Amino acid sequence: MIEFDARAYDRPESQTASPLVKLDGLKTYYPIRKGLLGRVRGHVKAVDDVSLDIREGETLGLVGESGCGKSTIGRTILRLEESTGGQIVYKGENITRYSTSKMRPLRTEMQMIFQDPFSSLNPWMRVKDILKEPMLAHGKATASTADAEVDRLLDAVGIPRSYKDRYVHEFSGGQRQRIGIARALSLNPKFIVCDEPVSALDVSIQAQVLNLLKALQKELGLTYLFIAHGLGAVKYISTRIAVMYLGKVVEIGTKEQIFRNPKHPYTQILLNAYPVPNPHLRGREKMVVQGDVPSPTAPPSGCRFHTRCPFAQERCRQEEPPLTADSLGDGHAAACHFTL
Amino acid sequence: MLTYIARRLLIFIPVLLGITVINFIIVNMAPGNPVDMYIDPNMSPDIIEAKKEALGLNDPILIQYLKWLGTLLTGDLGYSMSSYAPVAQLVGERIMPTVTLGLAALVLALLIAIPLGILSALKQNTKIDYLVTGLSFIGTSIPNFFLGLALIYIFAVNLGVLPTGGMQKLGGDGGMWDRIAHMILPAIVLATAIAGRKVRYVRASMLDVLKQDYLRTARSKGVHEFWVTNKHALRNALLPVITVVGLEIPLLLGGAIITEQIFQWPGIGQLTLQSMMSRDYPTIMALNLIAAIAVLGANLLTDILYSAADPRIKVS
Amino acid sequence: MSTTKLQALTQAHAPAMPEIENTQVESRFRQVARRFARNKMAVIGLFFCILLFAVGIFAPLLQPYPPDQVTGDFSAPPSSAHLLGTDQIGRDVLSRLISAAQVSLLVGFATVAIYVAFGTLVGLLSAYYGGWIDTLFMRITDMFMAFPFMMVILVVVSVVGPSLFTIIAVLALFSWPSIARLVRGSVLSLKQADHVRAAVSLGLKTPRVIMQHIFPGALAPIIVNATFGVASAILTESGLSFLGMGVQPPTASWGNMLSEAQSISVLSDQPWLWLPAGLAILLTVLAINFVGDGLRDALDPKQ
Repeated sequence: MIEFDARAYDRPESQTASPLVKLDGLKTYYPIRKGLLGRVRGHVKAVDDVSLDIREGETLGLVGESGCGKSTIGRTILRLEESTGGQIVYKGENITRYSTSKMRPLRTEMQMIFQDPFSSLNPWMRVKDILKEPMLAHGKATASTADAEVDRLLDAVGIPRSYKDRYVHEFSGGQRQRIGIARALSLNPKFIVCDEPVSALDVSIQAQVLNLLKALQKELGLTYLFIAHGLGAVKYISTRIAVMYLGKVVEIGTKEQIFRNPKHPYTQILLNAYPVPNPHLRGREKMVVQGDVPSPTAPPSGCRFHTRCPFAQERCRQEEPPLTADSLGDGHAAACHFTL
Repeated sequence: MLTYIARRLLIFIPVLLGITVINFIIVNMAPGNPVDMYIDPNMSPDIIEAKKEALGLNDPILIQYLKWLGTLLTGDLGYSMSSYAPVAQLVGERIMPTVTLGLAALVLALLIAIPLGILSALKQNTKIDYLVTGLSFIGTSIPNFFLGLALIYIFAVNLGVLPTGGMQKLGGDGGMWDRIAHMILPAIVLATAIAGRKVRYVRASMLDVLKQDYLRTARSKGVHEFWVTNKHALRNALLPVITVVGLEIPLLLGGAIITEQIFQWPGIGQLTLQSMMSRDYPTIMALNLIAAIAVLGANLLTDILYSAADPRIKVS
Repeated sequence: MSTTKLQALTQAHAPAMPEIENTQVESRFRQVARRFARNKMAVIGLFFCILLFAVGIFAPLLQPYPPDQVTGDFSAPPSSAHLLGTDQIGRDVLSRLISAAQVSLLVGFATVAIYVAFGTLVGLLSAYYGGWIDTLFMRITDMFMAFPFMMVILVVVSVVGPSLFTIIAVLALFSWPSIARLVRGSVLSLKQADHVRAAVSLGLKTPRVIMQHIFPGALAPIIVNATFGVASAILTESGLSFLGMGVQPPTASWGNMLSEAQSISVLSDQPWLWLPAGLAILLTVLAINFVGDGLRDALDPKQ
């Protein structure tokens, strides 16, 4: 296994880099139908008014408990789910309502790596056909050049070329995830949504796959939206981190800002759940999250976190805190009335 | 639950309307009409025309359909074109024999299927299991008319212990035993296919229950022990079997046509065949509609029973 | 594809791979065949079906007499000249039985081919597009399912006029809804599978997504259902022919051969007129049902 020196790959914070993907007030609601005529009686607000920039070349980590809407954001950006409101802007183009056919050429630039390496590969196809299919569909290869391209992709992700005639059920989870990465790379994309790409893998394999993703990013100049439910992998791979709670971004900042100076109580709690290597932080009082996640159908009034927040005040129940940047102008923002 | 039932009933309306439309179109594609059946070559064209006019056969098809639908909505099924009797009366006379026979067949099928299915599951992968499963396949594969003829051949012709057909002795009331004797063979024929499928259903349902750990112990102690300890498990295994019995209605209706024909059983099935032979459209359409309502109703009842029997299933 | 950059990575990552055991790759087909072979009744059923096909194909070579011509006495009992005797107008029963096998196989397979294709299409489109298309298609499906099957088939046949073609068309017309429902159900669950999402995000065209990534997953239940469908089409056809609403004489069908036995005298005194045809239906349907049962177990992904 190749060890990566984390510092070597951390890009300098580039505030000036233009956003590759820009989300502006994005909403994705799922209707709940009930009653005699199946009228819509409510919505699951999976993503509720999220604005984010994803800058070219960076890895934006997106963290939150399961059900907070982080995966929905990833799928909505790729237009695999239909958004309810707001805008998705890719390279300055508003793609929010692009038709399937208008979206098709853009598919070569935006790709996805899925969580479950078992269900994300077609079990009825050989590895080489899985990799060839998108290249042939987009004219990125011809029948005669496709085989050579498959070999290169397999080399890139570290799967022996000789395995290309096999079906995916013969591979282990880590190997399948590599094939999934190769498939995402086959169209030579600029932007990849990594939807919890290592959470289904054994811990020993996770590091290999993360290293691979990092190396590929460096070599190919990729931009990642890296979705995860814990901070471990995110800390290793991200440039910036956004923390989500019940469909909303509650804090966003650089990796250092989030880890060294978390402003939102929820971020703190997530950090406490993550084993802290820094002895200076160990002394801090541990906060424990209370209660269950409220239903995204009827989110709590005011600050959505107030039902579980150890610091909640009356104001938190009444008034929803906006996501506001701190006074330093360093891009660190949190949605809390009483930032820590 | 009530809204669910109301919603399902609302959905029935367009489905039933669609059925009447398709029905009407099919029936009106027919080359002949009932007057043809009674035409005397010497009859004058005028009289034929008058007869057609009287029966409304000269109206455009849409008008005919709307007329029929209009009278239908008042509860009037119209008049038979061959016997001129009200369709409702014709059908009414035939419904009881079919229902009686159908119920007898259902009960018989369950009486055969439940014990055999349980036995088969308890003795899984033994000779008994293979025998029962094999028999159940034969039950679903044997054509009912062949089974009917074979049973007549054996019990009526060779052994002479049961009558060949009809509902009772010619001319007279032979009492209870006579009616039962007449019902035995047709009920067996109707029950066979249903029993065949139910055996496999009971067996699978039972095997599911048997997989649960606490039952393995009891099962390993033998069949007798099993009965003693597992009355509740048995109930769980059989509940779904009983609740989906409504789904057999279409099969029963289909089987009734051939079975009633073979055994000259004066029910709906026989009436269907007779009215088709005489191109009696009003009767055919009424029969189809009644059968469709029966099928839809049985499906709804099944859903309701199913969710009532198993609290884990929520209708939505 | 930025070839050069990818090549640069080649050496860096290859060592991370543990070797897969280099066992013989078992193809899916082999795997299914092996499981199917474990079910003895299914294998016997399959052999019977193959035999029946052979009989159907080589019918002219096997038939001792032309099936539609009078070649002997009326209702002659089995003899060395006529192994299964002759029918009421002196035609050879064995020859007619063989011709009828052709008819049954044709009805069974043609019907199923038509309705499986149609039902699959309806189910795929309904589930893939959802929305009002789904609602409309499913209402129509409900409507066809609410028809009392045998009754409505009889009505249509009596109206259109019985013939081999009518039987096939009508059976197909009223059999597709179950396949449509089945396919819709499996497509709805497959649509949520990540590999289908991946196919969409790769920008594949909709027909390709459906045919390459969704359809194969729905195939196993379709195959099983179609197999049982062949058996049930043969059974229904024989019933219709028995009632005189199916294949019309002089064309031989097992069902219409039996309908001549409805008189008590034939039933009691001339069993060779009805027993062989009845047994032929029973064995054929039984064999196909056993094959279907074996296929269901062999294709079950849970095993």
